[in-house]
Amino acid sequence: MEQAKIIKTAIRIRDLVFRRGRNTILDGISMDIQQGSIVAFMGPSGVGKTTILRLISGQLKPDEGTIEVNGQMVSRMSDRELHRFRRNIGVLLQDGALFTDLTVFENIATPLREHTDLPEPLLRRLVMSKLNAVGLGGIEDLMPHELSGGMARRVAFARAVVLDPGIMLYDEPMTGLDPIAVSTIRTLMRETNDALGLTSIVVTHNVTQMSQLVDYCYIMASAKIAGEGPPQELNSSTEPSVNQFMNGKMEGPIPFHYQTPGTPWGLLD
Amino acid sequence: MATLGHYTSKLTGPVAQSGQCLLFLMRMISSIRFSAAQVRSVLQQIYLIGARSLVIVMICGFFVGMVLSLQAINALEQFGASDQVSLLVVKSLFRELGPVLTALLFAGRAGTSVTAEIGLMKATNQIEAMELMAIDPIQIIALPRFIASLISLPLLTAMFNALAILGSVVFSIGVMDMDAGIFWSKLQTGIYFYKDFVGGMWKSLVFGGLVGLVAVFFGYTAKPTGAGVGTATTNTVVLSSVLILVFDFIMTSFFT
Ligand SMILES: Nc1ncnc2c1ncn2[C@@H]1O[C@H](COP(=O)(O)OP(=O)(O)OP(=O)(O)O)[C@@H](O)[C@H]1O
Ligand SMILES: [Mg+2]
Repeated sequence: MEQAKIIKTAIRIRDLVFRRGRNTILDGISMDIQQGSIVAFMGPSGVGKTTILRLISGQLKPDEGTIEVNGQMVSRMSDRELHRFRRNIGVLLQDGALFTDLTVFENIATPLREHTDLPEPLLRRLVMSKLNAVGLGGIEDLMPHELSGGMARRVAFARAVVLDPGIMLYDEPMTGLDPIAVSTIRTLMRETNDALGLTSIVVTHNVTQMSQLVDYCYIMASAKIAGEGPPQELNSSTEPSVNQFMNGKMEGPIPFHYQTPGTPWGLLD
Repeated sequence: MATLGHYTSKLTGPVAQSGQCLLFLMRMISSIRFSAAQVRSVLQQIYLIGARSLVIVMICGFFVGMVLSLQAINALEQFGASDQVSLLVVKSLFRELGPVLTALLFAGRAGTSVTAEIGLMKATNQIEAMELMAIDPIQIIALPRFIASLISLPLLTAMFNALAILGSVVFSIGVMDMDAGIFWSKLQTGIYFYKDFVGGMWKSLVFGGLVGLVAVFFGYTAKPTGAGVGTATTNTVVLSSVLILVFDFIMTSFFT
Protein backbone atom coordinates (compact mmCIF):
# COMPACT_ATOMS: atom_id res chain seq x y z
CA MET A 1 0.00 0.00 0.00
CA GLU A 2 2.91 2.24 0.82
CA GLN A 3 3.96 2.50 -2.84
CA ALA A 4 0.52 3.68 -3.88
CA LYS A 5 1.09 7.00 -2.16
CA ILE A 6 1.80 9.55 -4.87
CA ILE A 7 4.97 11.47 -4.28
CA LYS A 8 4.67 14.95 -5.69
CA THR A 9 7.52 17.36 -6.06
CA ALA A 10 6.63 20.74 -4.65
CA ILE A 11 9.88 22.54 -5.36
CA ARG A 12 12.22 21.53 -8.14
CA ILE A 13 15.53 23.30 -8.55
CA ARG A 14 17.85 22.57 -11.47
CA ASP A 15 21.46 23.69 -11.97
CA LEU A 16 20.94 26.89 -10.06
CA VAL A 17 23.75 29.42 -10.34
CA PHE A 18 23.70 32.76 -8.55
CA ARG A 19 26.42 35.40 -8.51
CA ARG A 20 26.96 38.67 -6.75
CA GLY A 21 29.51 40.57 -8.77
CA ARG A 22 32.41 38.22 -9.29
CA ASN A 23 31.42 36.19 -6.29
CA THR A 24 29.62 32.96 -7.13
CA ILE A 25 27.31 32.36 -4.18
CA LEU A 26 25.53 29.28 -5.52
CA ASP A 27 27.13 27.09 -8.13
CA GLY A 28 25.04 24.40 -9.77
CA ILE A 29 22.51 23.43 -7.13
CA SER A 30 19.79 20.88 -7.92
CA MET A 31 17.15 19.49 -5.61
CA ASP A 32 13.65 18.04 -5.49
CA ILE A 33 11.60 18.82 -2.42
CA GLN A 34 8.59 16.63 -1.85
CA GLN A 35 5.15 17.94 -1.14
CA GLY A 36 4.36 17.59 2.56
CA SER A 37 7.91 17.27 3.80
CA ILE A 38 10.02 19.41 6.07
CA VAL A 39 13.45 19.99 4.65
CA ALA A 40 16.43 21.62 6.31
CA PHE A 41 19.17 23.70 4.68
CA MET A 42 22.26 23.62 6.81
CA GLY A 43 25.72 24.93 6.34
CA PRO A 44 28.25 27.43 7.59
CA SER A 45 27.39 31.09 7.93
CA GLY A 46 27.56 33.00 4.66
CA VAL A 47 27.29 29.94 2.44
CA GLY A 48 24.08 31.15 0.78
CA LYS A 49 21.17 29.61 2.68
CA THR A 50 19.21 32.84 2.94
CA THR A 51 20.06 33.48 -0.69
CA ILE A 52 18.37 30.24 -1.79
CA LEU A 53 15.23 31.15 0.16
CA ARG A 54 15.20 34.54 -1.58
CA LEU A 55 15.52 32.82 -4.94
CA ILE A 56 12.62 30.49 -4.14
CA SER A 57 10.40 33.38 -3.03
CA GLY A 58 11.26 35.23 -6.23
CA GLN A 59 13.03 38.19 -4.58
CA LEU A 60 16.21 37.34 -6.46
CA LYS A 61 16.54 36.01 -9.99
CA PRO A 62 18.97 33.18 -10.73
CA ASP A 63 21.78 33.78 -13.20
CA GLU A 64 21.40 30.27 -14.57
CA GLY A 65 19.14 27.32 -13.91
CA THR A 66 15.48 27.07 -12.99
CA ILE A 67 13.28 27.02 -9.91
CA GLU A 68 9.84 25.47 -10.19
CA VAL A 69 7.31 25.69 -7.38
CA ASN A 70 4.18 23.57 -7.84
CA GLY A 71 4.89 23.44 -11.56
CA GLN A 72 5.27 27.22 -11.95
CA MET A 73 8.59 28.69 -13.01
CA VAL A 74 9.40 31.29 -10.31
CA SER A 75 12.30 32.78 -12.21
CA ARG A 76 10.08 33.79 -15.14
CA MET A 77 7.13 35.25 -13.26
CA SER A 78 5.88 38.74 -13.98
CA ASP A 79 5.24 41.06 -11.03
CA ARG A 80 1.55 40.21 -11.10
CA GLU A 81 2.19 36.47 -11.12
CA LEU A 82 4.74 36.84 -8.36
CA HIS A 83 2.16 38.70 -6.29
CA ARG A 84 -0.35 35.86 -6.67
CA PHE A 85 2.34 33.26 -6.05
CA ARG A 86 3.37 34.89 -2.77
CA ARG A 87 -0.08 34.59 -1.26
CA ASN A 88 0.66 30.91 -1.10
CA ILE A 89 4.03 31.12 0.61
CA GLY A 90 4.79 32.10 4.18
CA VAL A 91 8.21 33.48 4.97
CA LEU A 92 9.81 33.94 8.36
CA LEU A 93 12.71 36.34 7.83
CA GLN A 94 15.92 35.94 9.76
CA ASP A 95 15.22 38.96 11.99
CA GLY A 96 11.45 38.67 12.16
CA ALA A 97 10.79 42.08 10.55
CA LEU A 98 7.70 42.93 12.58
CA PHE A 99 5.93 46.15 11.66
CA THR A 100 7.21 48.48 14.36
CA ASP A 101 4.23 50.85 14.28
CA LEU A 102 1.57 48.17 14.75
CA THR A 103 0.65 46.20 17.86
CA VAL A 104 1.36 42.49 18.02
CA PHE A 105 -2.30 41.84 17.22
CA GLU A 106 -2.29 44.09 14.15
CA ASN A 107 0.99 42.58 12.98
CA ILE A 108 -0.56 39.13 12.85
CA ALA A 109 -3.83 40.47 11.47
CA THR A 110 -2.20 42.37 8.58
CA PRO A 111 -2.03 39.47 6.08
CA LEU A 112 -5.63 38.52 6.95
CA ARG A 113 -6.89 42.07 6.47
CA GLU A 114 -5.13 42.33 3.14
CA HIS A 115 -6.10 39.01 1.64
CA THR A 116 -9.39 37.97 3.25
CA ASP A 117 -12.74 39.54 4.09
CA LEU A 118 -13.14 37.87 7.45
CA PRO A 119 -15.55 39.59 9.83
CA GLU A 120 -13.79 41.20 12.80
CA PRO A 121 -14.82 38.64 15.49
CA LEU A 122 -13.62 35.72 13.39
CA LEU A 123 -10.39 37.51 12.52
CA ARG A 124 -9.85 38.21 16.20
CA ARG A 125 -10.41 34.56 17.09
CA LEU A 126 -7.99 33.41 14.39
CA VAL A 127 -5.23 35.82 15.44
CA MET A 128 -5.63 34.90 19.10
CA SER A 129 -5.48 31.19 18.33
CA LYS A 130 -2.19 31.65 16.44
CA LEU A 131 -0.83 33.76 19.26
CA ASN A 132 -1.84 31.10 21.80
CA ALA A 133 -0.23 28.44 19.65
CA VAL A 134 3.15 30.15 19.99
CA GLY A 135 2.57 30.46 23.72
CA LEU A 136 2.07 34.22 23.80
CA GLY A 137 -1.65 34.63 24.51
CA GLY A 138 -2.19 37.93 26.33
CA ILE A 139 0.50 40.06 24.71
CA GLU A 140 -1.61 41.16 21.74
CA ASP A 141 -1.66 44.83 22.75
CA LEU A 142 2.09 45.22 23.17
CA MET A 143 4.20 47.02 20.59
CA PRO A 144 7.10 45.13 18.95
CA HIS A 145 9.76 47.17 20.78
CA GLU A 146 8.30 45.94 24.07
CA LEU A 147 9.04 42.30 23.21
CA SER A 148 12.18 40.31 23.85
CA GLY A 149 14.04 38.95 20.83
CA GLY A 150 12.63 35.47 21.30
CA MET A 151 9.07 36.76 21.73
CA ALA A 152 9.37 38.88 18.59
CA ARG A 153 10.49 35.84 16.65
CA ARG A 154 7.50 33.84 17.85
CA VAL A 155 5.14 36.65 16.89
CA ALA A 156 6.77 36.75 13.45
CA PHE A 157 6.24 33.01 13.28
CA ALA A 158 2.54 33.40 14.05
CA ARG A 159 2.27 36.09 11.38
CA ALA A 160 3.99 33.93 8.79
CA VAL A 161 1.60 31.00 9.27
CA VAL A 162 -1.62 32.95 9.77
CA LEU A 163 -2.80 32.55 6.17
CA ASP A 164 -2.05 28.80 6.18
CA PRO A 165 0.20 28.98 3.12
CA GLY A 166 1.11 25.94 1.03
CA ILE A 167 4.82 26.51 1.37
CA MET A 168 6.66 27.81 4.39
CA LEU A 169 10.19 29.18 4.32
CA TYR A 170 11.76 29.62 7.75
CA ASP A 171 15.08 31.45 8.12
CA GLU A 172 16.54 30.30 11.44
CA PRO A 173 13.26 30.12 13.36
CA MET A 174 14.83 28.78 16.55
CA THR A 175 17.80 31.08 17.08
CA GLY A 176 17.62 32.89 20.39
CA LEU A 177 14.74 30.85 21.82
CA ASP A 178 14.79 29.02 25.11
CA PRO A 179 14.49 25.19 25.02
CA ILE A 180 10.79 25.22 25.89
CA ALA A 181 9.97 27.70 23.13
CA VAL A 182 12.08 25.63 20.75
CA SER A 183 10.04 22.50 21.42
CA THR A 184 6.82 24.51 21.14
CA ILE A 185 7.79 25.92 17.77
CA ARG A 186 9.11 22.58 16.60
CA THR A 187 5.89 20.80 17.50
CA LEU A 188 3.92 23.59 15.87
CA MET A 189 5.92 23.33 12.66
CA ARG A 190 5.43 19.59 12.51
CA GLU A 191 1.72 19.80 13.32
CA THR A 192 0.85 22.55 10.86
CA ASN A 193 2.93 20.82 8.25
CA ASP A 194 1.18 17.48 8.62
CA ALA A 195 -2.30 18.81 9.23
CA LEU A 196 -2.30 21.07 6.18
CA GLY A 197 0.03 19.12 3.93
CA LEU A 198 2.48 22.02 3.74
CA THR A 199 5.96 21.87 2.41
CA SER A 200 8.47 23.58 4.68
CA ILE A 201 12.06 24.61 4.26
CA VAL A 202 13.98 25.45 7.42
CA VAL A 203 17.35 27.15 7.47
CA THR A 204 19.22 26.33 10.60
CA HIS A 205 22.58 25.88 12.25
CA ASN A 206 21.45 23.63 15.03
CA VAL A 207 22.16 20.03 14.15
CA THR A 208 20.46 18.28 17.06
CA GLN A 209 17.25 20.34 16.91
CA MET A 210 16.89 19.53 13.27
CA SER A 211 17.49 15.81 13.57
CA GLN A 212 14.29 15.67 15.62
CA LEU A 213 12.21 17.66 13.19
CA VAL A 214 13.06 17.33 9.53
CA ASP A 215 12.51 14.60 6.98
CA TYR A 216 15.38 15.47 4.74
CA CYS A 217 18.43 17.62 4.98
CA TYR A 218 20.75 19.44 2.59
CA ILE A 219 24.19 20.43 3.77
CA MET A 220 25.83 23.20 1.81
CA ALA A 221 29.50 24.01 1.62
CA SER A 222 31.49 26.13 -0.84
CA ALA A 223 28.49 27.12 -2.99
CA LYS A 224 27.47 23.50 -3.59
CA ILE A 225 25.48 20.80 -1.87
CA ALA A 226 28.02 18.75 0.03
CA GLY A 227 25.63 16.14 1.28
CA GLU A 228 21.94 15.30 1.46
CA GLY A 229 19.71 12.70 3.04
CA PRO A 230 17.57 12.00 6.07
CA PRO A 231 19.22 13.33 9.25
CA GLN A 232 20.11 9.86 10.60
CA GLU A 233 22.05 9.04 7.46
CA LEU A 234 23.91 12.34 7.48
CA ASN A 235 24.97 11.82 11.08
CA SER A 236 27.00 8.83 10.03
CA SER A 237 28.20 10.30 6.74
CA THR A 238 31.87 10.03 5.93
CA GLU A 239 31.91 12.86 3.37
CA PRO A 240 34.48 15.27 4.89
CA SER A 241 32.49 18.56 4.78
CA VAL A 242 29.32 16.89 6.03
CA ASN A 243 31.15 15.11 8.78
CA GLN A 244 32.92 18.30 9.80
CA PHE A 245 29.71 20.31 9.94
CA MET A 246 27.58 17.70 11.71
CA ASN A 247 30.19 17.23 14.40
CA GLY A 248 31.27 20.85 14.63
CA LYS A 249 34.95 20.23 14.04
CA MET A 250 37.45 23.01 13.49
CA GLU A 251 39.59 21.03 11.06
CA GLY A 252 38.21 20.10 7.68
CA PRO A 253 37.45 21.42 4.23
CA ILE A 254 35.07 24.17 5.47
CA PRO A 255 37.12 27.27 6.39
CA PHE A 256 36.07 29.32 9.39
CA HIS A 257 37.29 32.61 7.92
CA TYR A 258 35.39 34.39 5.19
CA GLN A 259 37.18 33.91 1.89
CA THR A 260 37.35 36.82 -0.49
CA PRO A 261 37.04 35.88 -4.13
CA GLY A 262 40.18 37.05 -5.89
CA THR A 263 42.63 37.42 -3.00
CA PRO A 264 45.08 38.99 -2.66
CA TRP A 265 44.50 41.13 -5.72
CA GLY A 266 41.08 42.05 -4.42
CA LEU A 267 42.90 44.52 -2.22
CA LEU A 268 43.77 46.60 -5.25
CA ASP A 269 40.18 47.00 -6.50
CA MET B 1 38.52 57.35 -19.48
CA ALA B 2 37.69 56.78 -15.87
CA THR B 3 37.16 60.49 -15.27
CA LEU B 4 35.03 60.78 -18.40
CA GLY B 5 32.86 57.95 -17.09
CA HIS B 6 32.72 59.74 -13.76
CA TYR B 7 31.44 62.94 -15.33
CA THR B 8 28.92 61.26 -17.58
CA SER B 9 27.54 59.37 -14.61
CA LYS B 10 27.29 62.68 -12.77
CA LEU B 11 25.16 63.92 -15.65
CA THR B 12 23.12 60.80 -16.29
CA GLY B 13 22.60 60.01 -12.59
CA PRO B 14 20.02 62.75 -11.90
CA VAL B 15 18.31 62.12 -15.24
CA ALA B 16 17.95 58.43 -14.46
CA GLN B 17 16.74 59.27 -10.98
CA SER B 18 14.08 61.65 -12.29
CA GLY B 19 12.92 58.87 -14.57
CA GLN B 20 12.70 56.44 -11.68
CA CYS B 21 10.85 59.02 -9.66
CA LEU B 22 8.24 59.47 -12.39
CA LEU B 23 7.87 55.71 -12.72
CA PHE B 24 7.37 55.58 -8.99
CA LEU B 25 4.64 58.20 -9.29
CA MET B 26 2.91 56.10 -11.97
CA ARG B 27 3.13 53.01 -9.76
CA MET B 28 1.53 54.95 -6.91
CA ILE B 29 -1.25 56.32 -9.08
CA SER B 30 -1.99 52.93 -10.60
CA SER B 31 -2.32 51.41 -7.14
CA ILE B 32 -5.11 53.76 -6.04
CA ARG B 33 -8.14 51.83 -4.69
CA PHE B 34 -11.09 53.47 -3.07
CA SER B 35 -11.41 51.13 -0.13
CA ALA B 36 -12.38 52.05 3.42
CA ALA B 37 -8.96 50.95 4.66
CA GLN B 38 -7.23 53.19 2.13
CA VAL B 39 -9.31 56.20 3.12
CA ARG B 40 -8.67 55.49 6.78
CA SER B 41 -4.92 55.39 6.33
CA VAL B 42 -4.96 58.63 4.31
CA LEU B 43 -6.86 60.32 7.14
CA GLN B 44 -4.40 58.94 9.64
CA GLN B 45 -1.50 60.35 7.63
CA ILE B 46 -3.21 63.72 7.29
CA TYR B 47 -3.27 63.79 11.07
CA LEU B 48 0.34 62.63 11.41
CA ILE B 49 1.99 64.85 8.83
CA GLY B 50 -0.58 67.59 8.36
CA ALA B 51 -2.11 68.33 11.74
CA ARG B 52 1.20 67.97 13.49
CA SER B 53 2.73 70.66 11.26
CA LEU B 54 -0.04 73.04 12.20
CA VAL B 55 1.56 74.71 15.20
CA ILE B 56 4.84 75.53 13.50
CA VAL B 57 3.00 76.81 10.41
CA MET B 58 0.77 79.04 12.54
CA ILE B 59 3.62 80.50 14.55
CA CYS B 60 5.67 81.23 11.44
CA GLY B 61 2.63 82.67 9.66
CA PHE B 62 1.96 85.11 12.48
CA PHE B 63 5.50 86.46 12.53
CA VAL B 64 5.79 86.64 8.75
CA GLY B 65 2.61 88.74 8.76
CA MET B 66 4.09 91.11 11.33
CA VAL B 67 7.46 91.54 9.67
CA LEU B 68 5.87 92.00 6.25
CA SER B 69 3.70 94.81 7.59
CA LEU B 70 6.67 96.41 9.28
CA GLN B 71 8.70 96.48 6.06
CA ALA B 72 5.71 97.49 3.96
CA ILE B 73 4.84 100.41 6.21
CA ASN B 74 8.47 101.58 6.17
CA ALA B 75 8.63 101.46 2.40
CA LEU B 76 5.19 102.88 1.67
CA GLU B 77 5.61 105.80 4.08
CA GLN B 78 8.20 107.29 1.74
CA PHE B 79 5.49 107.67 -0.89
CA GLY B 80 2.85 108.63 1.60
CA ALA B 81 0.99 105.45 0.71
CA SER B 82 1.09 103.62 4.03
CA ASP B 83 -2.68 103.07 3.95
CA GLN B 84 -2.04 100.57 1.14
CA VAL B 85 -0.17 98.27 3.52
CA SER B 86 -2.89 95.63 3.88
CA LEU B 87 -3.21 95.30 0.13
CA LEU B 88 0.52 94.83 -0.39
CA VAL B 89 0.88 92.36 2.46
CA VAL B 90 -2.10 90.19 1.59
CA LYS B 91 -1.45 90.12 -2.15
CA SER B 92 2.13 88.99 -1.68
CA LEU B 93 0.99 86.48 0.93
CA PHE B 94 -1.75 84.90 -1.15
CA ARG B 95 0.23 84.80 -4.34
CA GLU B 96 3.77 83.94 -3.24
CA LEU B 97 4.82 83.93 0.35
CA GLY B 98 2.01 81.83 1.78
CA PRO B 99 2.35 78.89 -0.61
CA VAL B 100 6.16 78.99 -0.85
CA LEU B 101 7.00 79.49 2.82
CA THR B 102 4.47 76.94 4.00
CA ALA B 103 5.80 74.43 1.48
CA LEU B 104 9.38 75.00 2.65
CA LEU B 105 8.32 74.56 6.29
CA PHE B 106 6.33 71.48 5.35
CA ALA B 107 9.29 69.94 3.55
CA GLY B 108 11.41 70.39 6.66
CA ARG B 109 8.78 69.28 9.15
CA ALA B 110 6.80 66.54 7.37
CA GLY B 111 8.87 65.55 4.32
CA THR B 112 11.86 64.59 6.43
CA SER B 113 9.83 62.51 8.84
CA VAL B 114 8.19 60.61 5.97
CA THR B 115 11.57 59.87 4.37
CA ALA B 116 13.12 58.78 7.65
CA GLU B 117 10.13 56.62 8.51
CA ILE B 118 10.05 54.77 5.19
CA GLY B 119 13.85 54.51 5.13
CA LEU B 120 13.83 52.93 8.57
CA MET B 121 11.10 50.49 7.56
CA LYS B 122 13.33 49.48 4.69
CA ALA B 123 16.43 49.15 6.88
CA THR B 124 14.55 46.86 9.26
CA ASN B 125 13.24 44.67 6.40
CA GLN B 126 9.61 45.65 6.98
CA ILE B 127 9.20 46.59 3.33
CA GLU B 128 10.64 43.25 2.28
CA ALA B 129 8.30 41.45 4.70
CA MET B 130 5.34 43.18 3.05
CA GLU B 131 6.42 42.20 -0.42
CA LEU B 132 6.73 38.63 0.80
CA MET B 133 3.18 38.74 2.14
CA ALA B 134 1.99 39.86 -1.29
CA ILE B 135 1.15 43.26 0.20
CA ASP B 136 2.15 46.13 -2.07
CA PRO B 137 4.20 48.54 0.07
CA ILE B 138 3.77 51.28 -2.52
CA GLN B 139 0.02 51.07 -2.09
CA ILE B 140 0.01 50.65 1.69
CA ILE B 141 2.92 52.87 2.74
CA ALA B 142 3.82 55.31 -0.04
CA LEU B 143 0.43 56.21 -1.51
CA PRO B 144 -1.36 57.35 1.70
CA ARG B 145 1.56 59.60 2.61
CA PHE B 146 1.66 61.12 -0.85
CA ILE B 147 -2.08 61.83 -0.93
CA ALA B 148 -2.01 63.15 2.63
CA SER B 149 0.71 65.59 1.69
CA LEU B 150 -1.27 66.68 -1.39
CA ILE B 151 -4.31 67.43 0.77
CA SER B 152 -2.53 68.84 3.83
CA LEU B 153 -0.35 71.46 2.22
CA PRO B 154 -3.13 73.64 0.73
CA LEU B 155 -4.97 73.52 4.06
CA LEU B 156 -1.82 74.45 5.94
CA THR B 157 -1.22 77.27 3.46
CA ALA B 158 -4.68 78.66 4.12
CA MET B 159 -3.92 78.50 7.84
CA PHE B 160 -0.57 80.24 7.31
CA ASN B 161 -2.30 83.02 5.35
CA ALA B 162 -4.95 83.47 8.02
CA LEU B 163 -2.38 83.78 10.79
CA ALA B 164 -0.22 86.11 8.70
CA ILE B 165 -3.20 88.42 8.20
CA LEU B 166 -3.77 88.30 11.94
CA GLY B 167 -0.12 89.23 12.43
CA SER B 168 -0.52 92.11 10.03
CA VAL B 169 -3.65 93.31 11.85
CA VAL B 170 -1.88 93.15 15.19
CA PHE B 171 1.10 95.10 13.89
CA SER B 172 -0.54 97.69 11.63
CA ILE B 173 -3.68 98.36 13.64
CA GLY B 174 -2.51 97.44 17.11
CA VAL B 175 1.07 98.74 17.09
CA MET B 176 1.12 101.37 14.33
CA ASP B 177 -2.37 102.70 15.03
CA MET B 178 -3.61 102.39 11.48
CA ASP B 179 -7.30 102.84 10.84
CA ALA B 180 -9.05 99.44 10.88
CA GLY B 181 -11.69 100.59 8.38
CA ILE B 182 -9.07 101.51 5.78
CA PHE B 183 -7.17 98.27 6.42
CA TRP B 184 -10.19 96.06 5.60
CA SER B 185 -11.74 98.17 2.85
CA LYS B 186 -8.48 98.11 0.85
CA LEU B 187 -8.62 94.33 1.02
CA GLN B 188 -12.27 94.20 -0.07
CA THR B 189 -11.67 96.22 -3.18
CA GLY B 190 -8.16 95.13 -4.10
CA ILE B 191 -8.00 91.36 -3.50
CA TYR B 192 -9.56 89.00 -6.04
CA PHE B 193 -10.69 85.63 -4.83
CA TYR B 194 -9.80 83.63 -7.94
CA LYS B 195 -6.77 85.52 -9.15
CA ASP B 196 -5.09 85.91 -5.80
CA PHE B 197 -6.35 83.31 -3.37
CA VAL B 198 -7.23 80.36 -5.61
CA GLY B 199 -4.11 80.93 -7.74
CA GLY B 200 -1.98 80.49 -4.62
CA MET B 201 -3.92 77.41 -3.60
CA TRP B 202 -3.14 75.77 -6.95
CA LYS B 203 0.51 76.40 -6.34
CA SER B 204 0.39 74.83 -2.93
CA LEU B 205 -1.38 71.79 -4.33
CA VAL B 206 1.51 71.32 -6.76
CA PHE B 207 4.03 71.89 -3.95
CA GLY B 208 2.21 69.31 -1.82
CA GLY B 209 2.56 66.79 -4.63
CA LEU B 210 6.25 67.64 -5.08
CA VAL B 211 7.16 67.36 -1.40
CA GLY B 212 5.11 64.18 -1.02
CA LEU B 213 6.64 62.52 -4.05
CA VAL B 214 10.21 63.49 -3.21
CA ALA B 215 9.85 62.41 0.44
CA VAL B 216 8.30 59.08 -0.36
CA PHE B 217 10.68 58.35 -3.23
CA PHE B 218 13.84 59.11 -1.26
CA GLY B 219 12.59 57.03 1.66
CA TYR B 220 11.79 54.16 -0.61
CA THR B 221 15.14 54.25 -2.40
CA ALA B 222 17.24 54.95 0.70
CA LYS B 223 20.18 52.67 1.34
CA PRO B 224 19.10 50.39 4.19
CA THR B 225 21.66 51.72 6.66
CA GLY B 226 21.77 54.46 9.27
CA ALA B 227 23.88 56.71 7.06
CA GLY B 228 21.72 55.88 4.03
CA VAL B 229 18.55 57.02 5.80
CA GLY B 230 20.34 60.17 7.00
CA THR B 231 21.45 61.06 3.49
CA ALA B 232 17.99 60.39 2.10
CA THR B 233 16.45 62.72 4.68
CA THR B 234 18.85 65.52 3.80
CA ASN B 235 18.22 64.97 0.11
CA THR B 236 14.49 65.31 0.70
CA VAL B 237 14.87 68.77 2.21
CA VAL B 238 17.37 69.98 -0.36
CA LEU B 239 15.62 68.69 -3.45
CA SER B 240 12.09 69.61 -2.38
CA SER B 241 13.19 73.15 -1.49
CA VAL B 242 14.87 73.61 -4.85
CA LEU B 243 11.92 72.14 -6.72
CA ILE B 244 9.45 74.34 -4.82
CA LEU B 245 11.28 77.51 -5.87
CA VAL B 246 11.82 76.35 -9.48
CA PHE B 247 8.19 75.32 -9.93
CA ASP B 248 7.06 78.52 -8.27
CA PHE B 249 8.86 80.54 -10.91
CA ILE B 250 7.60 78.35 -13.75
CA MET B 251 3.99 78.49 -12.59
CA THR B 252 4.08 82.21 -11.88
CA SER B 253 5.51 83.06 -15.28
CA PHE B 254 3.04 80.85 -17.13
CA PHE B 255 -0.14 81.80 -15.35
CA THR B 256 0.15 85.53 -14.82
N1 LIG C 1 22.94 42.29 -0.54
C1 LIG C 1 24.11 41.64 -0.71
N2 LIG C 1 25.08 42.18 -1.47
C2 LIG C 1 26.26 41.53 -1.67
N3 LIG C 1 26.56 40.34 -1.14
C3 LIG C 1 25.64 39.74 -0.36
C4 LIG C 1 24.36 40.36 -0.11
N4 LIG C 1 23.65 39.55 0.68
C5 LIG C 1 24.43 38.49 0.91
N5 LIG C 1 25.62 38.58 0.29
C6 LIG C 1 26.71 37.58 0.31
O1 LIG C 1 26.15 36.36 -0.10
C7 LIG C 1 26.70 35.29 0.65
C8 LIG C 1 25.59 34.41 1.16
O2 LIG C 1 24.78 35.14 2.06
P1 LIG C 1 23.55 34.48 2.81
O3 LIG C 1 22.85 35.57 3.52
O4 LIG C 1 22.76 33.67 1.85
O5 LIG C 1 24.29 33.52 3.85
P2 LIG C 1 23.63 32.52 4.91
O6 LIG C 1 24.01 31.16 4.49
O7 LIG C 1 22.19 32.80 5.07
O8 LIG C 1 24.42 32.90 6.22
P3 LIG C 1 23.89 32.97 7.74
O9 LIG C 1 23.81 31.59 8.22
O10 LIG C 1 24.97 33.73 8.44
O11 LIG C 1 22.58 33.69 7.74
C9 LIG C 1 27.56 35.91 1.74
O12 LIG C 1 28.89 35.67 1.38
C10 LIG C 1 27.28 37.38 1.69
O13 LIG C 1 28.47 38.09 1.86
MG1 LIG D 1 21.02 33.72 6.53
